[in-house]
Amino acid sequence: MTAAPHDAAGELFELANRGRSRSRHVRDGGEAVVKVVLAGCAGFSVLITALIIGILAYEAVRFFMDVSVVEFLTGTEWSPLLGEEKRFGVWPLVAGTLLVTLVAAIFALPTGLVTAVFLSEYAPSWLRAILKPVLEILAGIPTVVYGFFALLIINPSLQWIAKVVTGEELFGAYSAGAAGIAVGIMILPIVTSLSEDALRSVPRGLRDGAYALGSTRFDTSVRVVIPGALGGIMASYLLAITRAIGETMIVALAAGGLAQLTVLPWRQVQTMTAYMVQIFLGDAPATGVEFKSSFAVAALLFLMTLLLTLAGYRILARFREEYE
Amino acid sequence: MTTPPTAASGGVVTDSPRPATNKVAVIETMTTTPTPNQNQTQNQPTPAAEPPVCIQAREFNSWYGDFQALHGIELDVPTNRVTAFIGPSGCGKSTLLRWFNRMNDTIPSARASGTLDLHGTDLLSTRYDVVDLRRRVGMVFQKPNPFPKSIFDNIAYGPRLHRRYTRSDLAELVEQSLRRAAIWDEVKDRLNQSALGLSGGQQQRLCIARAIAVGPEVLLMDEPCSALDPRSTAAIEDLIRDLRHQYTIVIVTHNMQQAARVSDRTAFFYEGRLVESDETERIFTTPAHRETEDYVSGRFG
Repeated sequence: MTAAPHDAAGELFELANRGRSRSRHVRDGGEAVVKVVLAGCAGFSVLITALIIGILAYEAVRFFMDVSVVEFLTGTEWSPLLGEEKRFGVWPLVAGTLLVTLVAAIFALPTGLVTAVFLSEYAPSWLRAILKPVLEILAGIPTVVYGFFALLIINPSLQWIAKVVTGEELFGAYSAGAAGIAVGIMILPIVTSLSEDALRSVPRGLRDGAYALGSTRFDTSVRVVIPGALGGIMASYLLAITRAIGETMIVALAAGGLAQLTVLPWRQVQTMTAYMVQIFLGDAPATGVEFKSSFAVAALLFLMTLLLTLAGYRILARFREEYE
Repeated sequence: MTTPPTAASGGVVTDSPRPATNKVAVIETMTTTPTPNQNQTQNQPTPAAEPPVCIQAREFNSWYGDFQALHGIELDVPTNRVTAFIGPSGCGKSTLLRWFNRMNDTIPSARASGTLDLHGTDLLSTRYDVVDLRRRVGMVFQKPNPFPKSIFDNIAYGPRLHRRYTRSDLAELVEQSLRRAAIWDEVKDRLNQSALGLSGGQQQRLCIARAIAVGPEVLLMDEPCSALDPRSTAAIEDLIRDLRHQYTIVIVTHNMQQAARVSDRTAFFYEGRLVESDETERIFTTPAHRETEDYVSGRFG
């Protein structure tokens, strides 16, 4: 600066200093406001979550003052609305939920993984560019549509197939199987999309290494890429199963309304979520033990999905460590 | 191994211009029970004779889409010698290396013309079984790429692809491969642990062990030390010197000292052309071309 005040550098210096400077107080004040707003937003969502859990726990505890925890968790009969004596054994609801989830998993998990392998390892890029958005659209369809689909297409198809194969009318108007398949179709994009992300995050160098040893594309996919992405695939499975367990609209429409302890997919079942819908939409008095029972069911459902979510995060965390 | 000798490497070897009996024996020992001593005694180069040509490129051109990466390459890679490819980034040396085992098949836009012979057979021919080619021509990459499996399973991966072994043969093959790559002593107590727990230099030697476990004749190395620290680099260079008489080694390197240290022959590439290829000593002392001299003396690149 001292050498030549009127050269280009000097002009630049003068120009850079021409603007009015922002005072430190304004700067720090702005930072403080931003911090409060951000903390407020974060706190709000934590607060809402805490409130939901609190209400669930409170109502569940009130329910357990009327009905023993032991009966709730070990009983095999669920008839809170009908009959002389109300029975609150939760197992039929849990079994219904698990049956629908199992059918959905059997349908969606292998299909989703195979589709993901195809998209990630086999499909040319133009095909993937078409299929990936189609999958995302599939993921955006409201689940009530799947419910209709189960009721009007899947269940009649199953009825017909069962008739042809066994000669008997196995399926009624509602079935756990039809609902399960519809739930499977609903979670298929989740499995496919997340598994595909996991497969694609396997470093290209591993594929090169496999090909260089004489692997075919199938060898590479099955022996290197899938094992390499196993954590992500498992996480996608757990997330999909969590969604299946919590799915409400499809099962409320297509699974039936009879809480029975069964493993037969052509029977109708009532799931935990479907029971809650029945209670809140029906005319159960808001003070009765039936009403409170839905909170106990909700709390149990929340615990189940929470455990699955935690397991998913653990697997994902372990998977992330592997390549670092 | 109970496989009869004829089934092992088939008719591929008979295309070889050199006396076939020797090579068949070598491949046999490599793919069944690779004992280093045998290889050494059978492959001792005769001092005066020029080594036979292993890979021969004639009028070889290569493109990525419309971009021509290699122009009219004429090159002989001698058998059981170390050949170094040097040149500035983007000169096509890695591209040529990746044609030697057709790794470029995985890049949709890559294509080539001209001939590339491995022991007299055009390896670019669609009739050439690419799986068999890659078994014969192994590759080691810039970044160590062990599979997320145990050390044992990393080495056993290739052999298991191509053949069925008894449990004890496989264990022996894994041990011999790791010994050959000078890493056995470091990993013998943790063969069942993940290979990802090894250091970068160890991972690279593991990858070399993995490559030689399928019994290749040729080892391609694409800047195998560029991701490693100097000590690991020295270990890999020692290993290359150790392997040079049993394998035809082609190494791409940006490090001219490395080329000078490990290679018998050096090929200098510039802008997709092979400027010259000669004895390494001559390339570094009295090269025939001005560009070569400028590059090896560090004036550009």
